[in-house]
Amino acid sequence: MDYKDYYKIMGVEKDASQDEIKRAYRKLARKYHPDVSKEADAETRFKEVGEAYEALKDPEKRAAYDQLGANWKAGQDFNPPPNWDAGFEFSGGGNAGGHASDYSDFFEALFGRGFGSGPAGQQQGGYSARGEDHHAKVLIDLEDAYQGATRSITLQAPELDSQGHVVTKQRTLNVKIPKGVKQGQRIRLTGQGSAGMGNAPAGDLYLEIEFKPHSIYRVDGHDVYLNLPVTPWEAALGATVKVPTPAGPVDLTIAKGTTTGGKLRLKARGIPGKPPGHLYVVPQITLPPADSDEAKALYRKMEQEMAYNPRSKLGV
Amino acid sequence: MNQQTLNGILIDDQTELSLDDLCKACSSSTEWIIELVEEGALEPVGYVQTEWRFSGNNLQRARTAMRLQRDLDINLAGVALALDLLDEIEKLSSRLSQYEINDDSL
Repeated sequence: MDYKDYYKIMGVEKDASQDEIKRAYRKLARKYHPDVSKEADAETRFKEVGEAYEALKDPEKRAAYDQLGANWKAGQDFNPPPNWDAGFEFSGGGNAGGHASDYSDFFEALFGRGFGSGPAGQQQGGYSARGEDHHAKVLIDLEDAYQGATRSITLQAPELDSQGHVVTKQRTLNVKIPKGVKQGQRIRLTGQGSAGMGNAPAGDLYLEIEFKPHSIYRVDGHDVYLNLPVTPWEAALGATVKVPTPAGPVDLTIAKGTTTGGKLRLKARGIPGKPPGHLYVVPQITLPPADSDEAKALYRKMEQEMAYNPRSKLGV
Repeated sequence: MNQQTLNGILIDDQTELSLDDLCKACSSSTEWIIELVEEGALEPVGYVQTEWRFSGNNLQRARTAMRLQRDLDINLAGVALALDLLDEIEKLSSRLSQYEINDDSL
């Protein structure tokens, strides 16, 4: 287990006041909030900052953490010394937000798993004994949205065992991904959430759809974009070229005089649905390299015979 | 292990969720959803509460609202503002990336 330098994570000095710590936390939480930040590691950073704040905001935990000593370096292999927390009283204040599993092994070794399990789920109504709804993400390929697919997903959820301990339960579900799903949409699986109390029904499981990044397509809502390299003669004279689409290749007519900056719409070849999305093909005119005498001669010939000045409007 | 293939319901713009559905899916109180509607952060169809129908994207907004409020400790007016700004950023960055596609070829 690695030692974590909570002060470094929060960007504050070891003698920072509780107010400074709170301000640092607020700022970092806004910066790395997964719903706000576009940075790839936002979620990890957000959890790290949350954990650091959880340890430092509570004077009891902070004092206990501090007495581990200042000689530890972040990332150093760490085992809590025996009786390290002797003489400290923890009032067991709940940890805001998150589940027990969000905290690192380091945090749990110091403060125990019990800290995380306190207030979770308090926000729910509590009037009915229906099981809680669960949420999870499922990663799919763009092609799955075109054809539909069956995906096997493994979910881990903290559950209370018969002795009241938090245990991580793993289960695998085979789920049908319907044709036409879009990024961010959810699939509701009735009865796959938490079990209900007594005879009450179980909660539902919501799966949030997320597309894996694709090597050639970009998705925007139900529209799909493709950059299509074309030669100067295809663009100038027009041509019919083979173009890939997530549903299989098609022949596309490039109009003569095609220029950079336009886009061609392939109607209803985006993500299927009512209405279906479109596939936008963005032509990219590429120059053949002048890497042989023949190629150079051809460019020279164009130069001599085409009398083309692309800068005529610049007044030079 | 569950080897049976599950068929879910896709929550899209055509899906209609009742106030109760939305509360359950967010594990929230009815009052909390009503407050979000009053802030204009969620837009149900229907005049009276019992007839409110929320389209699928409201679920996404409500979940984001819940995380923002819980994690950043902002009030609902602030949450509503953040949601509007996030929508705006999304629109702008999608337009921007279309321009960037074209710029690649320069």
